Amino acid sequence: MIVKEFNFLSKRYFALAISAILLLTSLVSLTFKGLNPGIDFTGGFSVEVAFQEPPVINEIRDALASGGFPEAIVQSFGSSKDINIRIMPRENIDNKAIGKQIEAILNNSANAVELRGSEFVSPQVGDELTEQGGLAMLYALMMIMIYIIFRFQWKFAIGAVVALIHDVIITMGVFSVFQISFDLAVLAAILAVVGYSLNDTIVVFDRIRENFRLRRKEQTLDIINTSINQTISRTIITSGTTLLVLFTLYIIGGKSLEGFSLALIIGVVIGTYSSIYVATTSVLFLDVSATDLMLIKKEKVDDGMP
Amino acid sequence: MNQYPLWKNIMVIVVIILGVWFALPNFYGEDPAVVIAKENGLAFSQLETSDIEEYLQEINSGYKSIKRQEKQILIRYDQVEEQLSGSDSMRAYMGRSATVALTFAPRTPNWISRFGLKPMSLGLDLRGGVHFKFKVDLDAAIEQRLNQYIADINKALIDKRIRRNIKKQGNVISIELSDPEDLSRARSLIREIDPLLVIETVPGITSPGLQVEMTQDQLKQRRDFAIQQNILTMRNRVNELGVAEPIVQRQGFDRIVVQLPGVQDPTQAERILGATATLEFRMVCENESAFAAEAKGRAPIGCELFVDRAGNPVLLKKKTIVSGNQLIDASQTFSEGRPAVSIRLDNKGSKSMLETTKRNLNKPMAVLFIQQRQETKERNGQFVTSSVLEKEVINIATIRGVFSSQFQITGVSVVEARDLSILLRAGALAAPIFKVEERTIGPSLGQDNINRGFQAILIGLAMVVLFMIFYYKGFGLIANFGLLINLTLVMALLSLLQASLTLPGIAGIVLTVGMAVDANVLIFERIKEEIRIGNSPQASITAGYQKAFGTIADANITTLIAALVLFTFGTGPIKGFAITLTLGIITSMFTAIIASRAIVNIVYGQRTINKLRI
Repeated sequence: MIVKEFNFLSKRYFALAISAILLLTSLVSLTFKGLNPGIDFTGGFSVEVAFQEPPVINEIRDALASGGFPEAIVQSFGSSKDINIRIMPRENIDNKAIGKQIEAILNNSANAVELRGSEFVSPQVGDELTEQGGLAMLYALMMIMIYIIFRFQWKFAIGAVVALIHDVIITMGVFSVFQISFDLAVLAAILAVVGYSLNDTIVVFDRIRENFRLRRKEQTLDIINTSINQTISRTIITSGTTLLVLFTLYIIGGKSLEGFSLALIIGVVIGTYSSIYVATTSVLFLDVSATDLMLIKKEKVDDGMP
Repeated sequence: MNQYPLWKNIMVIVVIILGVWFALPNFYGEDPAVVIAKENGLAFSQLETSDIEEYLQEINSGYKSIKRQEKQILIRYDQVEEQLSGSDSMRAYMGRSATVALTFAPRTPNWISRFGLKPMSLGLDLRGGVHFKFKVDLDAAIEQRLNQYIADINKALIDKRIRRNIKKQGNVISIELSDPEDLSRARSLIREIDPLLVIETVPGITSPGLQVEMTQDQLKQRRDFAIQQNILTMRNRVNELGVAEPIVQRQGFDRIVVQLPGVQDPTQAERILGATATLEFRMVCENESAFAAEAKGRAPIGCELFVDRAGNPVLLKKKTIVSGNQLIDASQTFSEGRPAVSIRLDNKGSKSMLETTKRNLNKPMAVLFIQQRQETKERNGQFVTSSVLEKEVINIATIRGVFSSQFQITGVSVVEARDLSILLRAGALAAPIFKVEERTIGPSLGQDNINRGFQAILIGLAMVVLFMIFYYKGFGLIANFGLLINLTLVMALLSLLQASLTLPGIAGIVLTVGMAVDANVLIFERIKEEIRIGNSPQASITAGYQKAFGTIADANITTLIAALVLFTFGTGPIKGFAITLTLGIITSMFTAIIASRAIVNIVYGQRTINKLRI
């Protein structure tokens, strides 16, 4: 090789330590602090209003409390004039009346208010969503595993899935530690992270497989290192362009896409790292060797190529 | 030399032309507009249209055009603000006789729309409107059917003078018989009612009894029927509301999703959609004291205790003369200055009404108003919603003459008369429903979402385009061209499929912009490597495309798996994201591998290159 290779895997124990710390922090936070579930999961009532002038949030809180909603969560939403009010589900909730009631309470002040949107979700739906989300994640992981076993080999499948679980837990961990609202869009983003992180991992694995076939005499460690080196510029460029658009989305996409783009940003960063270290290290630990890939017939190089 | 066979070049050109063609309507944009539809479902006349136009000119509303189409009138505006104030003034002008909804009307010129081409349909979060999700109470649907069976069985056994005691235990009807001799007769009578029912003999106190159950198939059929019937009824009701492009769809096992674009007041829509109001006509139990029955807490035999609107007890006969499902038409009118509902009965109802009024001249008849109310209660820390049947006597009138198919009822308010006539016209729900989700998106929020979404696409695209040129020079330009084709193809497919584009859908497109270059990056990096090893530029191009292909396929297929799982499990907004992501992945494979290669071949393929700048 003309370009000097960087020995990525020599740092693998250091990376392992970082991953362990991140995973542990995430798991502890997820267990004890939990996520801050959005209305999609808890159920309840949420209104989005726009004031003419930036309002004082505490005044809104007081007005709502005296109007019969002491538990209302009041947050600014996007600009300083936009306010989101959330009310948890409660007994005999008459959601038809709540919207009007809140509007009436807010309209009392001199500051004109416009009802921009409202949302009601029954708690039942929330429970189902949690179940469905978990199931979706499980199915995605299973199908991906089957595909990789079929296309590569079981050791690679385990490596890829370990990396995916690693990414999902850490991304969710960040949402837990900072108590960022976890809504339906964030769940979708995390599933997209699964797809994205996998993309990176597959590219590296593909190279490892190719190199195993080309350089039979080399050590596994060297082959993996070479493969990472050969794919690193692609990994960085693709992650870079993806992050570029994600930051755009985060900044100008509006409040409703903020959680979504944040989850993807975290996921892409972690996913890039994990495809370099976690997936490859797992494969190394499983003691992958050239013989593991021998059983698969060597594909023709031009399989259907244009 | 790198050359594509002619057919491949032609294919690329054809795909690009088709993509541009189908995406074309989107480039013209849409006008904010207002749709007016009459509540009674009739079309507007030319005269009415010009009346409205005159009024619009009178109030100086800055409308762009007004057009009569099918049963609606469409008024276009330049600005969303004008549209909003325009819809307010139209609402005031039309009054109760029509519904006014906000919408977007494509600006596509005639020569394109003549081919049936449509722009992408915008989701509710982009155009504003109301979204509902209802849960159908399927247990209640089963129970209704069981009650029907019980009534039928009871009647059959009475007719044959079989002494019995019928009870319902869960989903099982248990029949106690006094005389063991009746067992086989009872069994065959039940068989006659429905040969499919499962009938079992069980030991009883004086005689063996029978247990009757519906089969699993029957239960499933009943549930499916309840949902389909409900969807039909709700569609009718939505049509009565006169909303443009409504969606009423089954979702999952027992859910129905209703989307009403442009509607701003969820209260009215929900009142009509979820209402179960219906009427029943019964005779009054005259010789009994209703107050005495109320004090005892029990009604005399053959009578049932109700309250009227003032809260006074009323005793009505148990037998129903006519029920809501025997109505064929209902409309709101006024009778002697009071709001009323004019009603027409079907054949069976008319006959029953004729007989009753003939036999009961000068006797009082009552109109019973029945509706389901929802109650949310906490049970073991879980919130459970159930439906409660509310029955109220709205009117008692003395039968003054014989009538059959057509008559009026009073005792309702103006709004009730209107709602009731809509509900009776549209048909009853086969099972009660309750709302589990509601989202209202105001028009300003929708517009905001569109603006932000498209800005994000454009800025994201600009940054990626600049980066690619900076990093890959000429090849970057080719990748960028591929990216533009890719976006056009995604737009074309979305327009063709008419899948609604939501805000998460736009996010999916933005993500595609970032990820679509990946395939090109893989190829270009491979070409660079080949050159580094010392291969000739032409050989490097060939090898780069060839070697990257397997990797691209593997990587995209696994991402596709994740996207498909998202699509299968996701609802609403998530589905929108999954659709654009899936389409984006598929089209990016075409543009990055085949289309970009075609351009590379045209630019570099025919000549000898000494050095490749990449």
